[in-house]
Amino acid sequence: MKITKKEVEHVAKLARLELSDQAKDVFTDQLSNILTYVEQLNELDTKDVPPTSHVLDMSNVMRDDVPQESLSQERALANAPDKAAGHYRVPKIIE
Amino acid sequence: MELYQRTIHELHNMLKKGETTSVAITDSVLKRIDAVEGKVKSYITVTADIARAQAEAADKRIKAGDTSSPLLGIPIAIKDNMCTEGIATTCASKILGNFVPPYNATVVAKLKQAGSVLCGKPNMDEFAMGSSTENSGYFITRNPWDLDRIPGGSSGGSAAAVAADECIGSLGSDTGGSIRQPAACCGVVGLKPTYGRVSRFGLVAFASSLDQIGPLTKDVTDTALLMNVIAGHDPKDSTSADIPAPDFTKALKKDMKGLRVGLPKEYFIEGMDPQVDKAVREAVRTLEALGAKVSDVSLPHTKYAVATYYILATSEASSNLARYDGVKYGYRAASPKDLLDMYMRSRDEGFGPEVKRRIMLGTYALSAGYYEAYYKKGQQARTLIKRDFDEAFKTVDLIATPTAPTAAFKIGEKSADPLQMYLSDIFTISVNLAGIPGISLPCGFTAENLPIGLQVLGRNFDEESIIHAAYAYEQATEWHTRKPTL
Repeated sequence: MKITKKEVEHVAKLARLELSDQAKDVFTDQLSNILTYVEQLNELDTKDVPPTSHVLDMSNVMRDDVPQESLSQERALANAPDKAAGHYRVPKIIE
Repeated sequence: MELYQRTIHELHNMLKKGETTSVAITDSVLKRIDAVEGKVKSYITVTADIARAQAEAADKRIKAGDTSSPLLGIPIAIKDNMCTEGIATTCASKILGNFVPPYNATVVAKLKQAGSVLCGKPNMDEFAMGSSTENSGYFITRNPWDLDRIPGGSSGGSAAAVAADECIGSLGSDTGGSIRQPAACCGVVGLKPTYGRVSRFGLVAFASSLDQIGPLTKDVTDTALLMNVIAGHDPKDSTSADIPAPDFTKALKKDMKGLRVGLPKEYFIEGMDPQVDKAVREAVRTLEALGAKVSDVSLPHTKYAVATYYILATSEASSNLARYDGVKYGYRAASPKDLLDMYMRSRDEGFGPEVKRRIMLGTYALSAGYYEAYYKKGQQARTLIKRDFDEAFKTVDLIATPTAPTAAFKIGEKSADPLQMYLSDIFTISVNLAGIPGISLPCGFTAENLPIGLQVLGRNFDEESIIHAAYAYEQATEWHTRKPTL
């Protein structure tokens, strides 16, 4: 399946990737090739085949709701690119 | 023989008898790193000071008479996608270039408790996406057997460090072959345990339904010893299986009597290096001579594994890697004009090309209108691949295959064509889709003196039969004793 540069631009926006024009051209070709390869899955009759999302025979895993020690605010913020007053700081979002 | 050349079990015996100290072993390994790291480039971070302090602490424990832990005082390298408290964990990505985890991964905590010495964080393909370690955001690691060739990937640094004696053993992670294929390329032993056998807590997520941590070692005994430390249920990982882990060293048996080994015809294909084909068939004859009963089996959906994998793994990756947004940790682009601009540029500048390619592919597969055609179809194909193994394991206990269709390829040989690179994982990928365990161990060398890997697969949670067969084969052959000249 061929995908167009316009589709690549749309997907890049969904994926929050600011791609250069050159990267968009390269990805248009490469993703088309990979998707063409992947199309061989259409040879498979999967009408009554259930999907596998997970190989282990387990469902929701619960634990008792017991308060435990967690990371301190200082340690949780230690890797933040920008922080202020005990919060992560980001560019202004409300005018 | 130098201390750095020895195995975990040899060094443990020497420590027990008081013939050496952890400080002496650690210094020997650090000197070896100084001597060969310029050529091989296995490590993103060498933790020399931490290693020396941990070695001193281990020697104190030994002096006090505590020698029960086989890992006590042994230098181990941990792939740079496992969180180490207070020590940079980059995932070989610029986006995590300055990330210092505030906690330890469960496997790291377990190794620490066992008294092992952390000697460094090996290089890898960025976010474990690749088969050659050429996708590292920092530098290329070279194969110790031939410096012009790739060490395999994504755990290429972990495998190269073991092969070059720059550590005594290491941990890697395997999402589509990332422990087994580099183990084969570098001539070491690499085990991908059953999905759920080892906790993934603190492992930077790539494809959560496929990722699994496992050991890379100089021999099979060391694999069993490391598995004894890292395996087991962890309440911090909801996908870790609540099944007691056995003593894997009990599986180290020298004959194969009673074990049935299947050879899948789909793994002996055209386009495969005839030298690999020959070495693996010869290895199977050795297993037979040791008492194994060998028969043909079929895994008919093998040819769909690469396509299935590159839909499912990229879909999971696109979701897992959404967290890198320049807010809580990691790289943030300079002077963003608004929030969206910050996300878009931080991710574009922080991720390398292969990671972006996979995020794009996964985002496309999950996007409106394509979900059924790609993601759901991939999950259904996964069911068929899993059923192939279920069926085969009704008549055999183990499956033997080549680990990769060729020995290590040249640096740059496949980097221009992503699809060609993906196809080098053709023999390892199905295993992750089915969740089953698999090992790669050396079974010969090509005419160019490059290692060839034998892959042995087993049923879910039956690593013991795999370790049994691998040990019996290893003890009957001498491939594992060969070392590269550096």
